[in-house]
Amino acid sequence: MTASELLTGGLRLEAHKQRSTKAPIRIASLAERYVIPLDQHSGLSAVPLVKPSDRVRMWQPIAQPAPGISAWLHSPVSGEVVAIEPRPAPHRLGAPTLSIVIANDGRDERFENAAAIVSFEQISPTEACEHIGRAGIVGLGGAAFPTANKLESSLCENGPQLLLNGAECEPYISCDEMLMRERAEDIVFGGRALLHALCARNCTIAIEEDVPEAQAALLRAIEKAGDSRIRIKVVPAIYPAGGERQLIATVFGVEVPHDGLPADIGIVCQNVGTAAAIARWIRDGQPLVSRIVTVTGDGVTEAGNWEARIGTPFSSLIVDSGGYTERMARLIMGGSMMGIPLPHDDLPVVKATNCIIAASALDLQPRSAEMPCIRCGNCSQACPAFLLPQQLHWYLQPFDGDQLARHGLLDCIECGCCDYVCPSQIPLVERFREAKPLLTRELDARLTADAARARFIARNERLARLEAEHRAKLAAKRRPRNEPTS
Amino acid sequence: MTFPTTPAPHVVAHDSVGRVMRIVIYALLPTVLLHVAFFGVGLLVQITLGVATALVSEALALRLRRKPVEPFLKDGSAIVTAMLLALCLPPLAPWWLVVSGTAFAILLAKHLYGGLGANPFNPAMVGYAVLLVSFPVQLLQWLPPAGMDMEQVKLSIGETVQTILTGSLPSRLTWDAVTSPTPLEALRTNLKMGMTMAEAQAAPIFGTLGGRGWEWINLATLAGGLALLGLRIIRWHIPVAMLSAIVISASLMYMVDPGTYAGPIFHLTSGASLLGAFFIATDPISAATSDRGRLIYGAGIGVLTYVIRTWGGYPDGVAFAVLLMNLSVPLIDRYTIPRIYGHAR
Repeated sequence: MTASELLTGGLRLEAHKQRSTKAPIRIASLAERYVIPLDQHSGLSAVPLVKPSDRVRMWQPIAQPAPGISAWLHSPVSGEVVAIEPRPAPHRLGAPTLSIVIANDGRDERFENAAAIVSFEQISPTEACEHIGRAGIVGLGGAAFPTANKLESSLCENGPQLLLNGAECEPYISCDEMLMRERAEDIVFGGRALLHALCARNCTIAIEEDVPEAQAALLRAIEKAGDSRIRIKVVPAIYPAGGERQLIATVFGVEVPHDGLPADIGIVCQNVGTAAAIARWIRDGQPLVSRIVTVTGDGVTEAGNWEARIGTPFSSLIVDSGGYTERMARLIMGGSMMGIPLPHDDLPVVKATNCIIAASALDLQPRSAEMPCIRCGNCSQACPAFLLPQQLHWYLQPFDGDQLARHGLLDCIECGCCDYVCPSQIPLVERFREAKPLLTRELDARLTADAARARFIARNERLARLEAEHRAKLAAKRRPRNEPTS
Repeated sequence: MTFPTTPAPHVVAHDSVGRVMRIVIYALLPTVLLHVAFFGVGLLVQITLGVATALVSEALALRLRRKPVEPFLKDGSAIVTAMLLALCLPPLAPWWLVVSGTAFAILLAKHLYGGLGANPFNPAMVGYAVLLVSFPVQLLQWLPPAGMDMEQVKLSIGETVQTILTGSLPSRLTWDAVTSPTPLEALRTNLKMGMTMAEAQAAPIFGTLGGRGWEWINLATLAGGLALLGLRIIRWHIPVAMLSAIVISASLMYMVDPGTYAGPIFHLTSGASLLGAFFIATDPISAATSDRGRLIYGAGIGVLTYVIRTWGGYPDGVAFAVLLMNLSVPLIDRYTIPRIYGHAR
């Protein structure tokens, strides 16, 4: 990558996907224990429905959503609940979080859920949304936002446009590409179910220009389904073209308001993996208990994509992949631009685990020593949110909340493009990430202070008014007595 | 098995301040080469003195500021400053001019404001402006370009070094014999004496496009500048805005009265127009930062350059124009924040 490949907004990055897309998706080996963190989706933690020493069956609900934004959890195996206790979790950077631990009995006895399989055309859109929610399906692109909550907030009357996101723009991750190649029919089926649930007008599947096999497979599946509402839109392979807001701008030519949701402009965006998960639930009655995980990087012997049950230890996937190479240096969940750094591999696959990079020095390019910003502006050329990272950086030290707000610190999507191109090797995203809560707090405090000031001024005015009225009354009372003397 | 963790992104492009500055230095080489071809090796002596002074001043300032010396000495920014300043000085100027100018640029204009990245003014232009204001006579003593049938005043390498170091010419020559004004200065003087533009430009130091020799040096500068654009070291906004502003200003005045005002081609190919547009005004540290801001900044430098050249007290205006626009950068930056994704226009 040289600076000459810079584009306005976003970067053309080396994809690093060849290694992991050689072999078809394989089924990961079963583990003895499965750890299911209760907070693995955005929003509130799920509430356990089981207790230690309970027997559970495969696909049985084990935790229900808390009121608000939350999701169901299901057992990936049959066996016994051995503990509900804090366990290290990858989405918490390896810190412990309350999890249900299930010992696998290896029998895969299925929980019979007669209500699971439905013909979605026969139920109302509202029922379809609720039904999808019961599968514990969350956004599988990495953000793990509960799908039911997203569908609920996308009002049916609007007749929104559905966008299925197959633009897997971040380097190393190839789980969506393999899914599109091998299970395109699931994606189309899920897309049609979503069209129904949302009363959506049409469905656009966005896919990057550099994955011809996946494009062909999807085209075949659409043709087979014979659904004219579904079309494919090829987008440039630019990172972060697959970010929800960036993709909507690329596909529809409109921007999502900074203080709004895609639903506000009549668009609902779902990952292709999410659509496939919906298909499995509606067609086969299988809740979200597994997902496709890319295991790659020069630190692992054999790269590939695995269908892994939620709760599978990373270490087990590494063993499936032939173990670490001697060059293994770092472990990352996600891609090389936004992935979460992890301290060890004794962590469970969660619904958001799209990729595990066992990185060697070949994959990582450690930063050189940081130099001062020379305001070259490469960062602002690369920023997909059209920010001026060089100015944000300037206003961080000393912290200038006014200017940071004016320059849109809170609009930063933390994609890392500015970091990537910075000749001074400044860890911009890390600094912005740290500064965001400070700014939010300052702005909140200011709102509170403004409200308090307004209350105080109103109170003073009220008291002054009462005082004036009181005096006027007194004066009125006094006047008759004073009259004779005047 | 535990692994060290570092925050995302986990990859970065292999770019560095040093690489950027190195490419700027390489891009200046054609200009230097042609300068030497037309005016002798004086420039090389000036650059040598300037670079040495810059590195010593940089190291000294870093020491005093308790900063690591090595990474900053290696970033090449001091060398660029020294080269740009040396390019602005007459090739035979005495050594203490380039030394004091460079030291002033690095110590006061750069490090007093916080060093690399923190200087509001272009250090090379601060150094030049200080010298121009303090020692105008020495700074206007240019040499006649080669090819003007003045072989008798040609200095050998040894004589050049000796002249710069001692401040006096070899005994066979006098300053009057070896010096010649720059084309911009000559034009200005001639016009003041009441000549028409055609008469003023008839002198032998004027060439086909602009000043003799200078037109070639400026073409070399243009080539270097285009290389910087091609390598994305600089972006087009500042040079295009600055040169367009010069051309438009010059064309307007030329149309008003071609007898009094030089045409746009002359202004483009004389003085520091191209060096300024591609190498000086594009210094990102002291320039406006957004694309729109850079257009305004560049246009401002162009207009001011023309105004100072035409009606000001100095023959060339690039240095003062750059400094004045440096001064306006905070204001420009404040009113040219780009629209953010998802915000109303």
